Amino acid sequence: MTDLLEKHRHLAARHEAMIGMGADAVGLPIERVISPTRALIAGREVILAGTNNYMGITFDPDCIAAGGRALEEYGTGTTGSRIANGTYDVHRRLEREIADFLGRKHCIVFTTGYQANLGLIAGLAGPNDTIFLDADSHSSIYDGCVLSGARLVRFRHNDAGNLDRRLSRLDDETGGRLVILEGIYSMLGDRAPLAEFIDVKRRHGFSLLVDEAHSFGVLGKRGRGLAEEAALEDDVDFVVGTFSKSVGSVGGFGAGDHPLFETLRYAMRAYMFSASQTPSSVAAATMAIGKLKAGGKRRQRLWRNATRLYEGLIDLGLDVVSPKASPIIAVRRSGEAGTIATWNRLLEAGVYVNIALPPGTPGHMCLLRWSVSAAHADEDIDTIVECFGKAVTSQE
Amino acid sequence: MSATADNDTVFEQLCHLITPFNTKGVALTRETDIAADLNIDSVAIMDFMMEVEDRFNIDISLNLLSDISNLGDLTSLVERKLAEGR
Repeated sequence: MTDLLEKHRHLAARHEAMIGMGADAVGLPIERVISPTRALIAGREVILAGTNNYMGITFDPDCIAAGGRALEEYGTGTTGSRIANGTYDVHRRLEREIADFLGRKHCIVFTTGYQANLGLIAGLAGPNDTIFLDADSHSSIYDGCVLSGARLVRFRHNDAGNLDRRLSRLDDETGGRLVILEGIYSMLGDRAPLAEFIDVKRRHGFSLLVDEAHSFGVLGKRGRGLAEEAALEDDVDFVVGTFSKSVGSVGGFGAGDHPLFETLRYAMRAYMFSASQTPSSVAAATMAIGKLKAGGKRRQRLWRNATRLYEGLIDLGLDVVSPKASPIIAVRRSGEAGTIATWNRLLEAGVYVNIALPPGTPGHMCLLRWSVSAAHADEDIDTIVECFGKAVTSQE
Repeated sequence: MSATADNDTVFEQLCHLITPFNTKGVALTRETDIAADLNIDSVAIMDFMMEVEDRFNIDISLNLLSDISNLGDLTSLVERKLAEGR
């Protein structure tokens, strides 16, 4: 009989090689989190520059207090799914808050952002439908697509013309058509050219879902995401988002105006068969949404920091593959071993960033990925740039 | 522009398209297993399929990938799609 786990042996070898070079980049134990931008790792204080904590809201006293009150009032967990005993008034209130924030009629919250895509995509599309997904889509989108059983067509990243041609080839197909884009793509921090895709939508007709996971709270005057920034919210049919980035909690949501949207609650397996979000994470998220509404200054600070870091990394002469300043900035390094070595040097110098390796990266690139927070001080950004400069120089 | 000529067979054109992914220079036959013999991951296979789709102006949905293991399977699929006119 074949050993079931034998197929993963190459992963074990790859991980062993990584450990042989220093710290465990894919399972780094954080001993204590001191603030949105500082943590204790291996007994040393480190600047956090890879946590997706865009608004730096995780230690906001009001959010912590709201989470604490909910923990006292409702207990540690719901012990049930939303369709059984896991719908509390706090879940409903969070849904109303987000719907109001986005100017949408309906919102459904999920236990994680991953499940939001799994649930919504597989709830919207079925075996008789076709989903067109961007080549650089997040894994949760790919997995939601597979779960749906729909016909799956992948188009070139951010290429509306390529989508147009693919739609033309399938124009005589019956069944529904769903196109999925992301507000900000998680690896390079680039954005979907929404206006170009909406032009294609007007010609061909399809339902459009935009995953605003990294752009919610970050883009647009009110922080509603890419669609708000592009002034095209009316052309977007469904919005997905997460609470684990700018909202500083955990969970996800789907929102829309479709008259049957609420019916999805009885058609989405990722929603129906998973215990609901803990009351404390719901309450912290609800408080954070209120903060994002009045978060203009935080957003300005975030973008100032993003620009400062982007320009700093460009000035170092590095291969910055993000097309412009963004809260996510990626630098390409050559080869897996060299990338791991640089990552270790950065950590030793007191800076934590993300490492991203193929196949999870576009174009099989080996990347170091920064995410900027509104909570970073100018000096933090300068230290990050300086440390990276030294890490690269000492390696060459 | 593709360097392949229109009168090349589908198999020849596929061999040309897969060259950038064939980093170990494995000799290509219809029996070559795209994932195992060329040692390329699932994302690279999807990227290669996108090149095939654009070259032949056909759609190969992701759902079909599990049915395609070697270059012969892919050649047959492309020829069938071309005959169907899509």
